[in-house]
Amino acid sequence: MSSGIWNRRGFLKKSVLGSLTCLVGSNIVHAASLPKGVLPLGITEGQLEEVLPGKHKDLIVLNDRPWNVEAPPHLLDDRITPADKMFVRNNGIPPESIDLSTWKLTIEGESVVDSKSYSIAELKSKFKHYSYQLTLECGGNGRAGFYPPASGNQWAEGAVSCAKWTGVRLKDILNDAGVKEDAVYIGYYGKDTHISGDPDKKPISRGVPISKAMEDETLIAWAMNDEDIPTMNGYPLRLAVGGWPASTSGKWLERISIRNIVHDGPKMTGTSYRVPKNPVAPGEKVAEEDFKIIESMPIKSLVTYPKTGAVIKPSQALSVRGHAWAGDLSVSKVQVSIDFGATWQVCSLEKPVNRLAWQHWSAEVNFPKEGYYEVWAKATDSEGKSQPMVIPGWNPKGYLNNSCHRIAIKVAS
Amino acid sequence: MKNLLLFLLLAFSIVLIKCKNSQPQIQEELSVGIDPDSGLQIDPNLMLVKGQCTACHSAKLITQNRFTREGWKDKIVWMQKTQNLWDLGEFEPAVLDYLEKYYSPEERASRRANLENVEWYDLNER
Repeated sequence: MSSGIWNRRGFLKKSVLGSLTCLVGSNIVHAASLPKGVLPLGITEGQLEEVLPGKHKDLIVLNDRPWNVEAPPHLLDDRITPADKMFVRNNGIPPESIDLSTWKLTIEGESVVDSKSYSIAELKSKFKHYSYQLTLECGGNGRAGFYPPASGNQWAEGAVSCAKWTGVRLKDILNDAGVKEDAVYIGYYGKDTHISGDPDKKPISRGVPISKAMEDETLIAWAMNDEDIPTMNGYPLRLAVGGWPASTSGKWLERISIRNIVHDGPKMTGTSYRVPKNPVAPGEKVAEEDFKIIESMPIKSLVTYPKTGAVIKPSQALSVRGHAWAGDLSVSKVQVSIDFGATWQVCSLEKPVNRLAWQHWSAEVNFPKEGYYEVWAKATDSEGKSQPMVIPGWNPKGYLNNSCHRIAIKVAS
Repeated sequence: MKNLLLFLLLAFSIVLIKCKNSQPQIQEELSVGIDPDSGLQIDPNLMLVKGQCTACHSAKLITQNRFTREGWKDKIVWMQKTQNLWDLGEFEPAVLDYLEKYYSPEERASRRANLENVEWYDLNER
């Protein structure tokens, strides 16, 4: 462990280096600093704008090859997530050239009656259009909270969004091609390419059971918030499957396979997007056959206003607000606590604009005296399950951390 | 702490005087820290690690993760099995040495950590 002037990795402690600035120059201090979180080193705002057109400059870059970028919670305050604040979770490299006139969506697989292809124009002209606000959350959102550290991009809170998606119902397309009796799953294929450059390798190809595919709200979408889908979020066509890990909502969509088995594309098998069937101790090794596929996401909420760190005056009431969502279910209650869960205050909670959309909550909070506070938010789903205040069950890949979000508040005169 | 610092300053001055004519050497000794190009820790094995590990993915996939040596080995095996990673051969021990040295798990709260690095600001509503 760390002691004296050295940190545990054998480097000079930052504080010591700081004191040496006068001797050796400021560049040394900079070079030897050890960032605890991951800073987008070498990435400037300008570069981010260049590579991720249309994304907000304050999004947090976790990874730039492939791109994985999340929003800090206060940027998710909008009721409908704007394009520039929507997280990006890429497994591969997005397609470089996209020609709308030649783009085809093919329905195929063991359990299709008639394999069919549709141009985007055909999808738009032949089938009824629907719009839904759908909560899309990465299965690994919150991974950074697990200890021992879980493998993958270290998402904090912001790999979640609720935009308005417009397209056709997946079930209308599946039924147009015909679904055989023995169908159990659909699997998508997108035009993104593997980071290794191997053209025969797909970065990701996941899907959902037929029952989820056939839900009214499951869309093949060409528009987000009434505009083209952002490039990084799947332009020109993607699946939008609310309430399930967002990795089921395939981007740059080209093919859908109607399968007579549970789809076995990359990131469907092994330990990807899977959790242990039975609870395990933190750090425990789990055999692959003891994992199960994540389906509906658990109850969760965010405090999106104010931004953490607000300093307010004594006797100043504080308005807090945010969103809550519950996978396939709805949210029945949101509460806030300013005393670490000793007491809870019930918030006002709106109904979802449609099924699988997040719900907005708000409250006015009063603080009894000056000092440091944390405002914790806790949501409860329609089946009575609440968010844990502590980190929930550890799992090897760090999925499904739905612990309560909280912000720091200081009351000072 | 103060005494230590004093000692360090003294020791440092001596080193500076001793190495007055060999500036490059002291620069090299002090070039610990972060490689600005990749964000990885500077180390004699840095180039090796970059060559083996960042051909396909960003170095950020390393810097944002923390595993034991065994855990990093598991990642390598997984990448070889599913992501077209080659056999690291004789370089594997050095790569693992490096990953273990700089990117091992740090002790921290396992159920909820304190809120840290809060940027305080005045909020005046209404």
